[in-house]
Amino acid sequence: MVTKRIIPCLDVKDGRVVKGVNFKGLSDVSSPVELAKYYSSCGADELVFYDITASAEGRKLFTDILTQTAAQVFIPLTVGGGINSTADFERVLACGADKVSVNSGAIKNPNLIYEAAKLYGSQCVVLSADIKRVGEQWQVFAKGGRENTGMEAIEWIKRCTDLGAGEIVVNSIDTDGVKDGFDLPLLSAVCDAVTIPVIASGGAGCIEDFITLFQTLPKVDAGLAASIFHFGEVAISDLKTTMQQAGIPARI
Amino acid sequence: MIAIVDYGVGNLFSLKSSFAAIGAEAVVTGEKEVIAAADKVILPGVGAFEDAAKKLRESGLAALLTELAQKGKPIMGICLGMQLLFEESFEFGAHRGLGLLKGSVKPIADVIPADLKTPHIGWNALTFTKADCPLFAYIHEGDYVYFVHSYYACDCQADTVATAEYGAPLTAAVQKGNVCGCQFHPEKSGEVGLKILRAFCEWEGNV
Repeated sequence: MVTKRIIPCLDVKDGRVVKGVNFKGLSDVSSPVELAKYYSSCGADELVFYDITASAEGRKLFTDILTQTAAQVFIPLTVGGGINSTADFERVLACGADKVSVNSGAIKNPNLIYEAAKLYGSQCVVLSADIKRVGEQWQVFAKGGRENTGMEAIEWIKRCTDLGAGEIVVNSIDTDGVKDGFDLPLLSAVCDAVTIPVIASGGAGCIEDFITLFQTLPKVDAGLAASIFHFGEVAISDLKTTMQQAGIPARI
Repeated sequence: MIAIVDYGVGNLFSLKSSFAAIGAEAVVTGEKEVIAAADKVILPGVGAFEDAAKKLRESGLAALLTELAQKGKPIMGICLGMQLLFEESFEFGAHRGLGLLKGSVKPIADVIPADLKTPHIGWNALTFTKADCPLFAYIHEGDYVYFVHSYYACDCQADTVATAEYGAPLTAAVQKGNVCGCQFHPEKSGEVGLKILRAFCEWEGNV
C-alpha cells in the first residue's frame, strides 16, 4: 500500500532558509542543503523548496543550492516560486528537481500547465493553489495570497487537472498559520472533484492534526508543513510513529 | 565504470549523483564506444514508451544494448527503462520493446480497483518473490521505495523478483541472468535505493 507522505517545505531567499529554524546538531540551521539532509535522515518523504527571491542574483543562488541538495539528498524534490514559463521548468529540472509547482504563473497563463505536462509529463507538474473562503465560495488567490483572482477554486483545480497537472497542493489561506488543523471542508471538496493526488497544506499545529487529516479524509495523499517542522514542534519521526500506531500507512 | 545511457529522455542528474554518493564511477553518455566499454549499463527513462523505443532504435543503441545483454554485461533498466526491456508495450497502441525479457507492459488501471488513483505515485513496500536476487543483498523485504508510473510489466512472473501491492501485486523489480530492472526509482528511494544501486555495482551479472 502507498504510504501517506509527509513533506516539509523550505522557503529559500538568497540561498538561505528564511524562517528561523531551531535544531540541535545542525551546524548551519539556515543552510537549505544541511536542512534537507537532516529532514531526509528523519524520514521526510519528499521536500519542497520554495524560491521567494526576487532578484536575478538570488535566483542564481537558489539554483546553486538546489544543485547541491539534489547531489546529496535522494528523495523527491519539488521546486516552486517564480515558475512562469517552460524555460523556468527547464532551469530547475536541470538542477535536479523532480517536480515543479506552479501557482501565479499558471493563473497568468493556464496553458503553461499543458505545455509543461506535454514536455515533461504530468508527474512533473504540480498545481499549487492558495485558496480562501469568500462569502459562500472558495476563491483562488494569486501573488502569495495577496490578490483575489475571483475564480472559484474547485473549477480552477478541475481545469488545471484537465490541462495536465499531476498533483495538487491545496493551501488554505484561512487555516494557514492558525495551527488549529487543516482545512477539512475545503480538502474534502477538492478530493471529491479530482482523481490526482491531493497534498494538504496550511493549518497543521501538532501531530494530531495530521492524524485527523488522514483519518477524516482517506483520499488525501500527503501533508505539507513548514514552521512546525523547522521549529521542532513536530518531529517527523514521532509523527510517522504515531501515524503507524493509528493505522495510517507511513514509511518508517 | 558504469554507463548511464543518455538517449534524450529524462533527467539523469540524480542518477549520476546517486552513484557518486556510493563511490561508484558513472558517466552519462550516448556514445556507443563508451557504453560498450563500460562494466555495467543503466538504461534510464521517463516519459512515453513509443518515443523512447523509437529513440533507442534510431540511434542504434537498441541494437548495441541487445548485443551487450547477450554478451553477459550487467544491464539495469529503471522505470520506463525497465519497461523497455520487455517485448512490447500497450501504452497508446502496441509498440515493440527491446525484448530482452519475456512479457509486456500494460496500464495499471487494468488490474487495480477503480477507487485507486493512477499513476501509482509515492512510497510503497517491496514484497520479494525471489529473495535471493543479488539486487537485494543489502535491503529487506518490506523496505520502501519510490514509484511513479501508470503502466506495469505483466506476463513476466518467471523473472519477477519483487512486487508492490497497490490493489494488485504490481511488478516492482525483475531479473534474468545479467539483465535486471526496477519499476521504482532507486535514485529517489533514499538509503534503500542507494543500497540497491550498490548491490548492482558489486554484481557480476552471472547469477
